[in-house]
Amino acid sequence: MLHRFANPTRFLRIATLVQPWMAWSTILLAGAGLYLGLLSSPADYQQGESVRIMYVHVPAAWMAMFCYTGMAVSAGVGLIWKHPLADIAAKATAPVGACFTFLALFTGALWGKPMWGTWWVWDARLTSMLVLLFLYLGYIALANAFDDPSRGTRASSILVLVGFVNVPIIKFSVDWWNTLHQPASVIKMDGPSIDASMLWPLLLMAVAFNTYYLWVLLIRIRAEIVANKIRILRLKQVHG
Amino acid sequence: MSVFSGKNLICVRGERTVFAGLDFSLEAGGALVLIGHNGSGKSSLLRLMSGLLKPASGTLSWDGEETGEDPEAHGGRLHYVGHHDAVKPVLSVVENVSFWASLRNGGAAANEAARAALDAFGIGHLCDVPGRFLSAGQKRRVNLARILAAPAPLWLLDEPTTALDRQTIAALEATIARHRTGGGMVVISTHSDMELDAFQVLDLADYTVRQTGLEQAS
Amino acid sequence: MSGFMSILKRDLHLAIRQGMDNMMVVMFFVLAVVLFPFGVGPEPNILARIAAGVIWVAALLASMLSLERLFQTDYEDGSLELLTLSPIALEVIVLAKITAHWLTTGLPLIVAAPLLAVLLNMNTEGFPMLILALVLGTPSLSLIGAVGAALILGSRRGGVLLALLILPLYIPVLIFGVSAVDAVIGGFESKAQLLILSAFLMGALPLCPWAAAAGVRQAIE
Repeated sequence: MLHRFANPTRFLRIATLVQPWMAWSTILLAGAGLYLGLLSSPADYQQGESVRIMYVHVPAAWMAMFCYTGMAVSAGVGLIWKHPLADIAAKATAPVGACFTFLALFTGALWGKPMWGTWWVWDARLTSMLVLLFLYLGYIALANAFDDPSRGTRASSILVLVGFVNVPIIKFSVDWWNTLHQPASVIKMDGPSIDASMLWPLLLMAVAFNTYYLWVLLIRIRAEIVANKIRILRLKQVHG
Repeated sequence: MSVFSGKNLICVRGERTVFAGLDFSLEAGGALVLIGHNGSGKSSLLRLMSGLLKPASGTLSWDGEETGEDPEAHGGRLHYVGHHDAVKPVLSVVENVSFWASLRNGGAAANEAARAALDAFGIGHLCDVPGRFLSAGQKRRVNLARILAAPAPLWLLDEPTTALDRQTIAALEATIARHRTGGGMVVISTHSDMELDAFQVLDLADYTVRQTGLEQAS
Repeated sequence: MSGFMSILKRDLHLAIRQGMDNMMVVMFFVLAVVLFPFGVGPEPNILARIAAGVIWVAALLASMLSLERLFQTDYEDGSLELLTLSPIALEVIVLAKITAHWLTTGLPLIVAAPLLAVLLNMNTEGFPMLILALVLGTPSLSLIGAVGAALILGSRRGGVLLALLILPLYIPVLIFGVSAVDAVIGGFESKAQLLILSAFLMGALPLCPWAAAAGVRQAIE
C-alpha cells in the first residue's frame, strides 16, 4: 500500500509550496486584466461596450477545451500507467472544466442579447460548447455513479477518452449543420486582427484563468487525497 | 508436464490489501484447496488465477510463461465456476451447456458433449427444460456440467458445493478425481468437506502451503 | 469466426425467445413519433418539414433505451465473466453482441420508419434516402451505445446515466442522418452526407468494440 502513496505524499509537499504562488498570481493577473479590459481599453467600434464580455468569455472558452484535454491526458496516464495521482487529477479537473464551460456559455448568452437580439442562437461555437458541457456532466455523473470509487474512476477514464476522440467530430458536425441552417451572418467574436490595447488584457486574463485553474486543481487534489486517506482508515476499522 | 504457479502475488480490492506476498505452485494432476475465513481473499485469489482480476503486483505463470501476456490462451485452458451460475432462463438446459462448449471446441459435437456432461451430474433428464424452471441446486449442476462439456486442464472452483446435495458432491468428487488422473489441475475454495486425494492446502490466514495426504479438507 | 457466430446465434435466440422486449422498443419508437403531431399540431406542412428530424430523434432514443440491456443481463447472471474467460477475444464477443442488438432493434426500427414517415406526411422522395441513412446510421448508434452500456455496468441508476453519456455522442450521426434526407427532399445531392455517415460507421466499427471491451473488463474486475 505504501508504494502507492509515496508519490502523493511528495506531491502534497510540493502542492503546499506552489499553491500560494498560484493564488497570488491569479489575484494580480486577473486584477490587472480586468482593469485593462473593463476600464482602460477602448470600446469596439462595431460592438460597443459589450465587447468587454470577451475578456471573460474567450479565456473561459479556451479553458473549457484545455481542461477537457487535460482530463483526457490524465485519464490516459491513469489507465496505462495506473498512476493514482493522474486519476485524481482527471477527477478533480472535471467540475472546474464544467464551470468554465458554463461561464463561456453564460457570457456568450449575455453577449448575444445586445448583438443578436436574443439570449441564445444556435451558433456553431455556442452549440459545440453546449455539447461539451454535456460531456463534462456525463463524466461527472459516471465518476460518482458507483459505490466503489475506483470503479467510477476507471469507467469515467474510458469515457473521457472516447469523448476526446469525439470532440473534433462533434465540432465538425455542428459546423456543417450550422452552415446548412444559418448562412454565416453572425459577427465573429474574435476577429483575425485584434488591437494591442485589447490583446493585452485578453492575454492577461487567459493566464489568470490558467493560474486560477491550477490553484483550484491543487486544492481539489489535496482534498481528494485526504478523502482517500479517510476512506482507507474506515476500511481498516471494518476489516482490521 | 504443465505447471501453474503464482509468485509474490498482491491483491488490492477497493483500496484494501486483501493478501500480499502469496506464492503457490500446482503441477499437472495436482489439487489446491483454499481455506480461510470470510473476506480472507479466497474468491479474489481464484479470480486472480482466472485473469478476471489483475494482481497489483506479482506474476502468474503457466509453464513459465506469464498468463497476462495472452489472456485468450489462458482463458482457453481454464474453467471458472464462480458465485453465479450463468444459466439463461429462456434457453433449455442443453442449449445453455452446449453454447459454452461451442465457444471452446468450435461448435462441433457440442450438443452430444453437453448431454453426456449433464448425465454425469444426474440431470440428463432435464435436457429440454428451460433454465427458469430449475432450482438453485439444479442450476449449479448445469454450471458444473459446463466445465465437463469442453475439456480444459485447469479448473478454478469457487465454493462449488453450494446448494448441492451429498450425492451430487460425490459425483463432483469423482469428476475431479477423473480430471486429475487425466493430468488436470483443480483449485477449490470450500467450506464444506470434500473427499480429495493428496492435495495441497493454502491457508489464506498466513499464506502457507502444506501438503496433505488422504484426508478431508475443511 | 465460429465463436462470433455462436454468440450471435445465442443472442438472437435469447432475443427471439423474449420477443416482447424487442417489440416494446419498436412500440416506443412509434409512440414517440406519434406524440409529435399532438405537440406541434396536425398542420401537414409543419409535420412534413420536421418529419426526418423527428424520426431520427425517436430512433436515437429507442436505440438508446434498448442498449441498457446489452450487457446488463449477462453481467448479472455471471455470463459476462465466463464470456471474458473464453478463448475468443473479448472485442469479437462484444462485436457479436452489438450485431445481435442491431439485428433485433435497429432493423425493426428501419422497417417501421417509412410507416411513420407516412404518418408525418413526409415527402415521398425522401423515403429511400431515409431508409438508406438509417441503414448506415443505426449501426453506428449501436456501436457507440455499446461503449456506454459497458461503462454503466454495476452503477446506480444505469438507464438515465446511459442517456447522459451517449446522447451527446449521437449528435454527429443525427446531424448527417437528418441532413441526408432533407437534402434529397429539397432537391439536392446527399452523397456527402452518406459518405460521412459511412465514415462514422467505418471509424466506429474497430474503435467502439475495443472501447466497450475495455469497459467490460473494468466492470467485471
